[in-house]
Amino acid sequence: MSVAVVGFAQSIGSVDLVPVFQRALANAGLERREVDFWCSGSSDYVVGRAFSFVSAVDAIGASPPICESHVEMDAAWALYEAYVKILAGEAETALVYGFGAASAGDIRRILALQLDPYTVAPLWPDAVSIAALQARAAIDAGVLSDVDLSDESDWVAPPIRVNHCAPVPDGAAAVVLAATERARQLRERPAWITGFAHRIDPQGLGERDLTTVPSATAAAAEADVAGVEVAELHAPYLHQGLLLRRAMGLGAKTRVTRRPAPMFAAGLARIGTAAEEILTGRSTVTLGHATSGPALQQNLVCVMRAEP
Amino acid sequence: MLGTGQTEHRSKRLDVSMAGLCREAIDRALADAGTTWEQIDAVVLGKAPDLFEGVMMPELFLADALGAVGKPLLRVHTAGSVGGATAIVATTLIRAGVHRRVLAVAFEKQSESNAMWALSIQPPFTAPIGAGAGGYFAPHVRAYIRRAGAPPHVGALVAVKDRRNGALNPYAHLRQPEITCESVRSSVMLWDPIRYDETCPSSDGACAVVIGDQAAAEASTGHVAWIKATAMRSEPTSYSGKDHVDPRAGAEAARALWRAAGITAPIDEIDVAELYVPFSWYEPMWLENLGFAAPGQGWKLTEAGETAIGGRLPVNPSGGVLCSNPIGASGLLRFAEAAMQVMGRAGAHQVPGATTALGHAYGGGSQFFSMWVVGRRP
Amino acid sequence: MDVDSLTAPMTISFDYTRSLGPVLSRFMSGLRARRVLGARTSDGRVHVPPLEYDPVTHEPVTDLVEVAPVGTVVSGTTGWALVRLDGADTALLHRAAAGVSTGVRVRIRWAAVRRGHITDIEGFEPGDVSGTSGVPQAPSEDVTGIVTPITLEYTHTTSPGEGRYLRALQEGRITGRRCPVCRKVYVPPRICPVDGVHTEEIVEVADHGTITTFCVVNVPFAGQRLTPPYVVAQVLLDGADIPIPHLVTGIDAAEVRMGMRVAASWRDPAEWSTTPENIAHFEPSGEPDAPYETYAEHL
Repeated sequence: MSVAVVGFAQSIGSVDLVPVFQRALANAGLERREVDFWCSGSSDYVVGRAFSFVSAVDAIGASPPICESHVEMDAAWALYEAYVKILAGEAETALVYGFGAASAGDIRRILALQLDPYTVAPLWPDAVSIAALQARAAIDAGVLSDVDLSDESDWVAPPIRVNHCAPVPDGAAAVVLAATERARQLRERPAWITGFAHRIDPQGLGERDLTTVPSATAAAAEADVAGVEVAELHAPYLHQGLLLRRAMGLGAKTRVTRRPAPMFAAGLARIGTAAEEILTGRSTVTLGHATSGPALQQNLVCVMRAEP
Repeated sequence: MLGTGQTEHRSKRLDVSMAGLCREAIDRALADAGTTWEQIDAVVLGKAPDLFEGVMMPELFLADALGAVGKPLLRVHTAGSVGGATAIVATTLIRAGVHRRVLAVAFEKQSESNAMWALSIQPPFTAPIGAGAGGYFAPHVRAYIRRAGAPPHVGALVAVKDRRNGALNPYAHLRQPEITCESVRSSVMLWDPIRYDETCPSSDGACAVVIGDQAAAEASTGHVAWIKATAMRSEPTSYSGKDHVDPRAGAEAARALWRAAGITAPIDEIDVAELYVPFSWYEPMWLENLGFAAPGQGWKLTEAGETAIGGRLPVNPSGGVLCSNPIGASGLLRFAEAAMQVMGRAGAHQVPGATTALGHAYGGGSQFFSMWVVGRRP
Repeated sequence: MDVDSLTAPMTISFDYTRSLGPVLSRFMSGLRARRVLGARTSDGRVHVPPLEYDPVTHEPVTDLVEVAPVGTVVSGTTGWALVRLDGADTALLHRAAAGVSTGVRVRIRWAAVRRGHITDIEGFEPGDVSGTSGVPQAPSEDVTGIVTPITLEYTHTTSPGEGRYLRALQEGRITGRRCPVCRKVYVPPRICPVDGVHTEEIVEVADHGTITTFCVVNVPFAGQRLTPPYVVAQVLLDGADIPIPHLVTGIDAAEVRMGMRVAASWRDPAEWSTTPENIAHFEPSGEPDAPYETYAEHL
């Protein structure tokens, strides 16, 4: 049994899922009712509303009822849940979506609530300062140099500057998966998932070596990144992209780009973008990555190839 | 399912941190399953809205305590049905051959905030008519009573049964062996027609289960609960023509479940059911929704005493959600209690001879349903 | 943002009460006494802040040892530092004064009054010797919990459809939108939840209708804005295909019935704005009850 990405769509600047679903389904050549399993990733705290994923179900048209699930994580992990469901033979097709309207609040402050609720969160350290502690540690350790981060834009939290921060627009993404035979029927060049793994490291910033990313190393090893031609990394900060490239054993030629990273859709969008390289015949081995938690605490790697 | 564990559920577990609450359930589950930390390949955490504890994505800070460091960790959230979804995701991981043993854990430490507050926050541009959690369900209970022509005391019968069952369960939050129909019907009316004693409590609690593959089951020294079938269905919170009393998503999930489990007459083939009953009247409503009784007939099973331990279809021998309601864990508790029954480990609330059991969870506005059938034999 | 959308500020705020459990209780009690306790785990390492469970054995940590209130900066940025206190093997994150960077020796500046909270430490300042900041406090019972106020400000943005619906309410009109596929009229307007498409056709609906079902709210609860008892009913406005929840007054709660016909009681038009609160409540209209069959499918 193999699972492939057969469709992808994303939107930047809006969390309206109706057009995203329509484009993803059209891309895959599927009708809405042919989707066996729907799975989403999002977070209440982005918009300050409990159960905020529930109203998103309206955009699916879930009557008659559907088989559906949700993770309170980047939708890349929802993609993992859907991938496993197809592997288990419980579904043949799946549509996975993620969305986040970061403009609704002060996301850099909100993310403090991911931190230890007893000893760290009550201090309200902002997300960029947390990332800066990692960047500083990497420079001190000689893993990164000032040249790696050279830039003229304003400081945000030294050594992080404005241009080091990936933009966080409102946005949404959707990826369509299909099992072996179905994938072959739908697309000429399905992006076959040949490796899909994720791991988590301890949270405590003072507990771990912030210059290495063991969870990314382990996930990349399990997913087997040999021969990857294009790596789409979910790197909220430039230094994190560099650390990830190193941790995952990707060549120095692997481009680390600063892509827009809508909250809770960013990782899924990285995987979808990497899949498109194969779907369009531009590449034969690609990788999509997602991260969650402070300072690259949790990481997911999805490797796709032109052959299953 | 190799083993289960749960906490002593209370309105406030002031003696533990969030990690401590989870570990109480996890440690018991590992012991019950005869499984070591090293044997766990992955962890799935389930929890209801982050707002309840004021922690965003608690699996992140809890990774160490959950034994998930260096392993795959997922956090599922499907509203009130999340506990069930947690078990189902863990089961799928095993079925896919990705892992050999998965720890599924769900918790809620509601005393960190206030459940009613969290569920009643009204966004701008809405009218301030928030009726609280029960205010959503009470109108549908009224509609069921009207539709089924049910006598008004049926809800109280459920409350009495469940609270007395809870008195047999050392983990239950509410344990009321002295409760009577009269005392329930004289308790204060909260959301007419739902009274105080017919309402679930707000609890701190956790539940954990270890799910393994066939080899792990065969290596187990005690009985395991074989997972015969699982099903999940969702529908919108509201839509024109939605049946809120007998939601289609629940009925279709049940049909899919019975089909996958090879069950044709649920009332005859299921020995015990742990159903998610947050307000008393949902017992007869779910009996109909699940196909145990024809539409309009569910209340008759309850009224005749058939859902008591010793009856034709014991429902919630653990005391159910009416006794303990740590929202994120409640669904997993239903799944775990069903498994405990067929494993013969339900202690004083054991249904004698139970070999096939149903675990059921639901959430949101009667919209998210997850359920499983477990059996003593493979 | 679409020109039709409306925005409004929204604040969520609560004072969360967190029970600490045995390890963190001792840690917080220590802070109150100007002592920093770390957890010694099976491998001999001392963790500050303490871990509750051993990372290797997974056993609960029981061995807490005191570390010094001075240490070395491991990493820092403006206002924040990771500091390894002397005696600890891990670093503590906290606020830091200017001049604090990697390798610098720092000391804890204690809060003048301490209560058993991470903010008993005000932050780190340059220094190699334990300061004498803070007032000694008589020992008292162990701290078992902390209070963490969490307040977050948001901007709530409506959909364009909701925005136009709210503007119509400002003019005393209730409007819904019809789904192009199933033709049902939704009030307030939203994506058709059955067909998953935007609803565009605006349809004016009446301000009177039928109670499909209801409940009498008798219970006070945190966040409630009205005084019980009050009736909340599902009202199927004439012309709409889905009921809306609203208050029903002007009748004894015991008299309210499924099928009862009600009409909106609007506030003074001078007070109208973009809110459904322009309608204060619904009242019996005096018409005969609607037959059960006319609203049964909406239950």
